Amino acid sequence: MANHTLALRHQFDSVEQQKDASTLGMWVFLATEILFFGGMFLCYTVYRTSYPLAFGHASNHLDVIWGAVSTALLICSSFTMACAVTSAATGARNALVGFLVITILFGVAFLVVEMSEWHTLYKEGLMPGFNFTYKDVDPNHVQLFFSLYFAMTGLHATHVTIGVVLLAVMAIRSFAGAFTANYYTPIEITGLYWHFVDLVWIFLFPLYYLIARHLH
Amino acid sequence: MTNHIVTKRQYAYVFGILMILTLVTTWAGLVDLGRLNVVVALAIAVIKASLVVLFFMHIYWSTKLNRVVVVAGFAWLGLLLWLTLTDFVSRGWLPFPGK
Repeated sequence: MANHTLALRHQFDSVEQQKDASTLGMWVFLATEILFFGGMFLCYTVYRTSYPLAFGHASNHLDVIWGAVSTALLICSSFTMACAVTSAATGARNALVGFLVITILFGVAFLVVEMSEWHTLYKEGLMPGFNFTYKDVDPNHVQLFFSLYFAMTGLHATHVTIGVVLLAVMAIRSFAGAFTANYYTPIEITGLYWHFVDLVWIFLFPLYYLIARHLH
Repeated sequence: MTNHIVTKRQYAYVFGILMILTLVTTWAGLVDLGRLNVVVALAIAVIKASLVVLFFMHIYWSTKLNRVVVVAGFAWLGLLLWLTLTDFVSRGWLPFPGK
């Protein structure tokens, strides 16, 4: 019975139903992720409305150009990930592996840019807990800003790292011929995770890098 | 339907719009619009996020059930932000005895 192969598990009526079930499960997980990050965005919003001046000063210590470059890298990676899903759906194995590898490279490039930014902030004495020597306007609340910055970008970077690992696994499985035009659900699901990571950064970028740039 | 295959050309259009919006939001951040700076930055972020969810994440072609889950996720986030901010923003609006 072909029904018991990977392409269709026996508890499902059709391949399409099986895929819908997987997609639904992933979206339920992503809904919990929205609230996971949501708590931190709420924390940011409350403190930003409480201490707008300190947050404005602190924000101007971030490099807006590198912030924009990071955003562009993630959007590029989302695009290549989307192309990988299309390649999988059309059964183009080589293209699938190629797009996954390019997506990994964009993801790693994003992490490299982010780590170099962290290093710069560390050297400037703006990393709470490790090296915080800022003495200008309202240092306590500037420290609060950077605590939130490192917590949120750190949690995001953790997600990017997990995504890169997932993509690497998918690239190896694709190369080994695990997916066909009829069965590529893991690629689709990994894609959803990757786009979610992009989604979070789309909000992190303006909230951290752009809020007070015009005041400078 | 979830078995809808989106072409690379369609993705390329979405990608182009996302890149342009990234440039626009960066540029708008450098211009002094007063209190509107926040509004513009968040409005562009919401448009970009919607494009990613609808097209890259296939919700535009998705089943109704998946759409409900997506809307529920963001609706609960909205509740979280809204109900908490009604507290924080309205503190100090009314004087009370003893303070």
